[in-house]
Amino acid sequence: MKARVLIRPKEGILDPQGQAVQRALPALGFQGVSEVHVGRLVELEVDDPARLPEMCETLLANPLIEDYEIVA
Amino acid sequence: MRVGVVRFPGSCDEVDAQLAAGRVGEAELLWHADRSLHDVDAVIVPGGFSYGDYLRAGAIARFSPVMESVISFAREGGPVLGICNGFQVLCEARLLPGALLGNVSMRFLCRQVAVEVVNAGTPFTRACAPGDRLSVPVKHFTGRFHAPAPELDRLEAAGQVVLRYAAGHNPNGSERDVAGVSNPEGNVLGLMPHPEHAVDPLTGSSDGLKLFASLRDHVDGLVPAPAL
Repeated sequence: MKARVLIRPKEGILDPQGQAVQRALPALGFQGVSEVHVGRLVELEVDDPARLPEMCETLLANPLIEDYEIVA
Repeated sequence: MRVGVVRFPGSCDEVDAQLAAGRVGEAELLWHADRSLHDVDAVIVPGGFSYGDYLRAGAIARFSPVMESVISFAREGGPVLGICNGFQVLCEARLLPGALLGNVSMRFLCRQVAVEVVNAGTPFTRACAPGDRLSVPVKHFTGRFHAPAPELDRLEAAGQVVLRYAAGHNPNGSERDVAGVSNPEGNVLGLMPHPEHAVDPLTGSSDGLKLFASLRDHVDGLVPAPAL
Protein backbone atom coordinates (compact mmCIF):
# COMPACT_ATOMS: atom_id res chain seq x y z
CA MET A 1 0.00 0.00 0.00
CA LYS A 2 0.97 3.60 -0.45
CA ALA A 3 1.76 5.42 2.77
CA ARG A 4 2.71 8.94 3.69
CA VAL A 5 4.70 9.98 6.70
CA LEU A 6 4.53 13.60 7.84
CA ILE A 7 7.50 14.69 9.89
CA ARG A 8 7.55 18.01 11.71
CA PRO A 9 9.75 19.72 14.29
CA LYS A 10 8.71 18.84 17.83
CA GLU A 11 6.64 21.46 19.58
CA GLY A 12 8.76 23.93 21.49
CA ILE A 13 11.82 23.48 19.31
CA LEU A 14 12.85 26.65 17.54
CA ASP A 15 11.90 26.31 13.87
CA PRO A 16 13.72 29.06 11.93
CA GLN A 17 12.38 27.71 8.62
CA GLY A 18 8.80 28.06 9.81
CA GLN A 19 9.55 31.52 11.18
CA ALA A 20 11.07 32.66 7.90
CA VAL A 21 8.00 31.49 5.98
CA GLN A 22 5.72 33.12 8.55
CA ARG A 23 7.52 36.44 8.10
CA ALA A 24 7.48 36.15 4.31
CA LEU A 25 3.72 35.64 3.94
CA PRO A 26 2.52 39.01 5.30
CA ALA A 27 5.22 40.71 3.23
CA LEU A 28 3.43 39.24 0.18
CA GLY A 29 0.05 40.44 1.34
CA PHE A 30 -1.15 37.27 3.08
CA GLN A 31 -2.28 38.48 6.51
CA GLY A 32 -3.48 36.44 9.47
CA VAL A 33 -0.98 33.59 9.29
CA SER A 34 0.56 32.17 12.44
CA GLU A 35 2.09 28.96 13.82
CA VAL A 36 3.90 28.11 10.59
CA HIS A 37 6.07 25.00 10.79
CA VAL A 38 8.01 23.42 7.98
CA GLY A 39 8.55 19.67 7.97
CA ARG A 40 9.05 16.81 5.56
CA LEU A 41 6.83 14.42 3.68
CA VAL A 42 7.99 10.88 2.96
CA GLU A 43 5.89 8.88 0.51
CA LEU A 44 6.45 5.18 0.31
CA GLU A 45 4.99 1.99 -1.04
CA VAL A 46 5.02 -0.65 1.71
CA ASP A 47 4.07 -4.32 1.82
CA ASP A 48 3.55 -4.33 5.58
CA PRO A 49 2.21 -1.03 6.91
CA ALA A 50 2.33 -2.45 10.44
CA ARG A 51 6.08 -1.88 10.31
CA LEU A 52 5.76 1.84 9.54
CA PRO A 53 6.06 3.05 13.17
CA GLU A 54 9.28 1.07 13.55
CA MET A 55 10.61 2.57 10.30
CA CYS A 56 9.78 6.03 11.59
CA GLU A 57 11.47 5.46 14.96
CA THR A 58 14.54 3.88 13.40
CA LEU A 59 15.23 6.04 10.39
CA LEU A 60 12.58 8.34 8.96
CA ALA A 61 12.30 10.62 11.98
CA ASN A 62 14.55 11.50 14.89
CA PRO A 63 12.14 11.23 17.82
CA LEU A 64 14.34 13.55 19.90
CA ILE A 65 13.57 16.51 17.66
CA GLU A 66 10.73 15.46 15.37
CA ASP A 67 7.16 14.21 15.62
CA TYR A 68 5.80 11.99 12.91
CA GLU A 69 2.36 11.11 11.72
CA ILE A 70 1.55 8.17 9.48
CA VAL A 71 -1.14 9.01 6.95
CA ALA A 72 -2.67 6.14 5.04
CA MET B 1 48.84 5.55 19.15
CA ARG B 2 47.13 4.36 15.98
CA VAL B 3 44.04 6.29 14.96
CA GLY B 4 41.47 5.17 12.41
CA VAL B 5 39.60 7.87 10.51
CA VAL B 6 36.34 6.75 8.93
CA ARG B 7 35.74 7.62 5.29
CA PHE B 8 32.12 7.62 4.14
CA PRO B 9 30.99 8.50 0.62
CA GLY B 10 30.64 12.28 1.04
CA SER B 11 33.22 12.72 3.80
CA CYS B 12 35.47 15.69 3.12
CA ASP B 13 37.59 16.23 6.23
CA GLU B 14 38.99 12.74 6.65
CA VAL B 15 42.37 13.60 5.15
CA ASP B 16 42.83 16.65 7.40
CA ALA B 17 41.82 14.51 10.40
CA GLN B 18 44.32 11.87 9.34
CA LEU B 19 47.06 14.49 8.94
CA ALA B 20 46.22 16.09 12.30
CA ALA B 21 46.25 12.75 14.15
CA GLY B 22 49.40 11.87 12.20
CA ARG B 23 51.21 14.75 13.88
CA VAL B 24 50.99 13.01 17.23
CA GLY B 25 50.75 9.37 16.22
CA GLU B 26 49.90 7.11 13.31
CA ALA B 27 46.66 7.47 11.41
CA GLU B 28 44.93 5.51 8.68
CA LEU B 29 41.60 5.62 6.88
CA LEU B 30 38.77 3.16 7.57
CA TRP B 31 36.34 2.49 4.72
CA HIS B 32 32.63 2.77 5.51
CA ALA B 33 31.76 -0.61 4.01
CA ASP B 34 34.47 -2.42 5.97
CA ARG B 35 33.54 -3.79 9.39
CA SER B 36 37.16 -4.05 10.51
CA LEU B 37 38.62 -1.21 12.56
CA HIS B 38 42.14 -2.59 11.90
CA ASP B 39 42.83 -2.81 15.65
CA VAL B 40 43.24 0.95 15.98
CA ASP B 41 43.45 2.57 19.43
CA ALA B 42 40.99 5.38 18.66
CA VAL B 43 38.46 6.28 15.98
CA ILE B 44 37.66 9.65 14.44
CA VAL B 45 34.36 10.12 12.60
CA PRO B 46 35.18 13.13 10.41
CA GLY B 47 33.31 16.02 8.88
CA GLY B 48 31.62 16.13 5.53
CA PHE B 49 28.27 15.09 4.11
CA SER B 50 28.13 11.35 4.67
CA TYR B 51 25.80 9.60 2.23
CA GLY B 52 24.80 13.05 1.02
CA ASP B 53 23.30 13.85 4.43
CA TYR B 54 20.03 12.74 2.85
CA LEU B 55 16.99 12.67 5.16
CA ARG B 56 18.91 14.16 8.13
CA ALA B 57 22.62 14.79 8.62
CA GLY B 58 24.22 11.53 9.73
CA ALA B 59 20.97 9.53 9.65
CA ILE B 60 22.04 7.05 7.00
CA ALA B 61 25.77 6.90 7.80
CA ARG B 62 24.83 5.74 11.27
CA PHE B 63 23.72 2.39 9.79
CA SER B 64 26.86 1.76 7.73
CA PRO B 65 28.88 -1.43 8.36
CA VAL B 66 31.83 0.46 9.85
CA MET B 67 29.53 2.21 12.32
CA GLU B 68 28.36 -1.12 13.74
CA SER B 69 31.98 -1.72 14.71
CA VAL B 70 32.50 1.85 15.92
CA ILE B 71 29.42 1.53 18.16
CA SER B 72 30.76 -1.72 19.69
CA PHE B 73 34.23 -0.14 20.05
CA ALA B 74 32.72 2.87 21.86
CA ARG B 75 30.58 0.70 24.13
CA GLU B 76 33.72 -1.19 25.15
CA GLY B 77 35.35 2.11 26.18
CA GLY B 78 37.35 2.85 23.02
CA PRO B 79 37.90 6.56 22.41
CA VAL B 80 35.75 7.93 19.57
CA LEU B 81 35.88 11.55 18.40
CA GLY B 82 33.15 12.88 16.11
CA ILE B 83 33.84 16.16 14.36
CA CYS B 84 31.03 18.15 12.70
CA ASN B 85 29.24 15.59 10.50
CA GLY B 86 30.89 12.94 12.71
CA PHE B 87 29.18 14.57 15.72
CA GLN B 88 25.86 14.35 13.87
CA VAL B 89 26.51 10.68 13.06
CA LEU B 90 27.32 9.87 16.71
CA CYS B 91 24.15 11.63 17.90
CA GLU B 92 22.08 9.72 15.35
CA ALA B 93 23.76 6.52 16.55
CA ARG B 94 22.71 7.46 20.11
CA LEU B 95 26.30 7.27 21.29
CA LEU B 96 25.89 10.91 22.28
CA PRO B 97 22.96 12.76 23.81
CA GLY B 98 20.94 15.37 21.93
CA ALA B 99 20.70 16.24 18.27
CA LEU B 100 21.95 18.85 15.82
CA LEU B 101 19.44 21.14 14.12
CA GLY B 102 19.79 23.71 11.33
CA ASN B 103 21.64 26.89 12.29
CA VAL B 104 19.31 29.60 13.59
CA SER B 105 20.57 31.89 10.82
CA MET B 106 19.47 29.29 8.23
CA ARG B 107 22.86 29.86 6.62
CA PHE B 108 25.99 27.83 6.10
CA LEU B 109 28.64 29.17 8.48
CA CYS B 110 32.37 29.24 7.90
CA ARG B 111 34.37 31.21 10.44
CA GLN B 112 36.93 31.04 13.22
CA VAL B 113 35.38 30.83 16.71
CA ALA B 114 36.68 30.76 20.27
CA VAL B 115 35.78 27.67 22.24
CA GLU B 116 36.30 27.20 25.98
CA VAL B 117 37.30 23.95 27.58
CA VAL B 118 34.76 23.18 30.30
CA ASN B 119 35.88 19.67 31.20
CA ALA B 120 39.61 18.97 30.93
CA GLY B 121 39.21 15.48 32.32
CA THR B 122 38.29 13.65 29.11
CA PRO B 123 40.63 11.65 26.84
CA PHE B 124 40.27 14.48 24.30
CA THR B 125 40.91 17.48 26.54
CA ARG B 126 43.38 16.29 29.16
CA ALA B 127 46.21 18.33 27.63
CA CYS B 128 44.07 21.43 28.30
CA ALA B 129 43.16 23.24 31.49
CA PRO B 130 39.57 24.13 32.37
CA GLY B 131 38.81 27.56 30.90
CA ASP B 132 41.42 27.25 28.13
CA ARG B 133 40.32 29.17 25.06
CA LEU B 134 40.88 27.46 21.73
CA SER B 135 40.64 29.20 18.36
CA VAL B 136 39.18 26.76 15.84
CA PRO B 137 37.06 27.08 12.71
CA VAL B 138 33.44 26.02 12.29
CA LYS B 139 31.88 25.28 8.90
CA HIS B 140 28.42 23.81 8.93
CA PHE B 141 24.75 24.25 8.15
CA THR B 142 23.37 21.90 10.81
CA GLY B 143 25.20 22.72 14.03
CA ARG B 144 22.61 23.92 16.54
CA PHE B 145 22.91 21.55 19.49
CA HIS B 146 19.60 20.70 21.06
CA ALA B 147 18.56 18.66 24.06
CA PRO B 148 15.54 19.17 26.33
CA ALA B 149 16.23 21.54 29.26
CA PRO B 150 16.29 18.85 32.00
CA GLU B 151 18.72 16.85 29.87
CA LEU B 152 20.94 19.94 29.46
CA ASP B 153 20.93 20.41 33.26
CA ARG B 154 21.96 16.80 33.69
CA LEU B 155 24.71 17.04 31.05
CA GLU B 156 26.15 20.17 32.65
CA ALA B 157 26.07 18.63 36.13
CA ALA B 158 27.75 15.45 34.89
CA GLY B 159 30.58 17.29 33.11
CA GLN B 160 29.38 16.08 29.71
CA VAL B 161 29.39 19.58 28.28
CA VAL B 162 33.08 19.41 27.45
CA LEU B 163 33.39 22.47 25.19
CA ARG B 164 31.43 25.68 24.97
CA TYR B 165 31.48 28.57 22.54
CA ALA B 166 33.05 31.55 24.32
CA ALA B 167 30.69 34.44 25.09
CA GLY B 168 29.64 36.07 21.84
CA HIS B 169 31.02 33.21 19.73
CA ASN B 170 28.00 30.89 19.53
CA PRO B 171 27.67 30.78 15.75
CA ASN B 172 24.60 28.60 15.31
CA GLY B 173 22.20 29.09 18.22
CA SER B 174 23.29 25.98 20.14
CA GLU B 175 21.53 25.76 23.45
CA ARG B 176 23.66 26.92 26.39
CA ASP B 177 26.52 27.57 23.96
CA VAL B 178 27.31 23.85 23.79
CA ALA B 179 30.11 23.22 21.27
CA GLY B 180 31.03 19.68 22.32
CA VAL B 181 29.43 16.94 24.43
CA SER B 182 30.56 13.56 25.66
CA ASN B 183 28.82 10.38 26.65
CA PRO B 184 28.53 9.70 30.42
CA GLU B 185 31.73 7.63 30.41
CA GLY B 186 33.66 10.38 28.61
CA ASN B 187 35.17 8.12 25.93
CA VAL B 188 32.98 9.50 23.14
CA LEU B 189 33.15 13.20 22.26
CA GLY B 190 31.35 15.08 19.53
CA LEU B 191 32.01 18.70 18.58
CA MET B 192 30.97 20.99 15.75
CA PRO B 193 34.22 23.02 15.52
CA HIS B 194 37.10 21.53 13.53
CA PRO B 195 40.27 20.96 15.59
CA GLU B 196 41.81 19.13 12.60
CA HIS B 197 41.80 22.39 10.61
CA ALA B 198 43.70 24.17 13.41
CA VAL B 199 46.95 22.25 13.78
CA ASP B 200 49.40 24.62 12.12
CA PRO B 201 50.10 28.34 12.57
CA LEU B 202 50.02 28.57 8.77
CA THR B 203 46.21 28.38 8.90
CA GLY B 204 45.89 30.79 11.81
CA SER B 205 45.85 28.54 14.86
CA SER B 206 47.34 25.33 16.13
CA ASP B 207 45.02 25.13 19.16
CA GLY B 208 43.21 22.13 17.71
CA LEU B 209 46.35 20.06 18.15
CA LYS B 210 45.66 19.98 21.90
CA LEU B 211 42.76 17.60 21.33
CA PHE B 212 44.90 15.19 19.33
CA ALA B 213 47.76 15.46 21.84
CA SER B 214 45.25 14.71 24.62
CA LEU B 215 44.12 11.61 22.80
CA ARG B 216 47.70 10.47 22.34
CA ASP B 217 48.45 11.02 26.04
CA HIS B 218 45.34 9.02 26.90
CA VAL B 219 46.10 6.13 24.55
CA ASP B 220 49.82 5.99 25.24
CA GLY B 221 49.27 6.47 28.97
CA LEU B 222 51.79 9.30 29.20
CA VAL B 223 50.03 10.72 32.25
CA PRO B 224 47.47 9.05 34.53
CA ALA B 225 43.95 9.44 33.22
CA PRO B 226 41.95 11.69 35.55
CA ALA B 227 38.44 10.46 36.35
CA LEU B 228 35.66 12.27 34.50
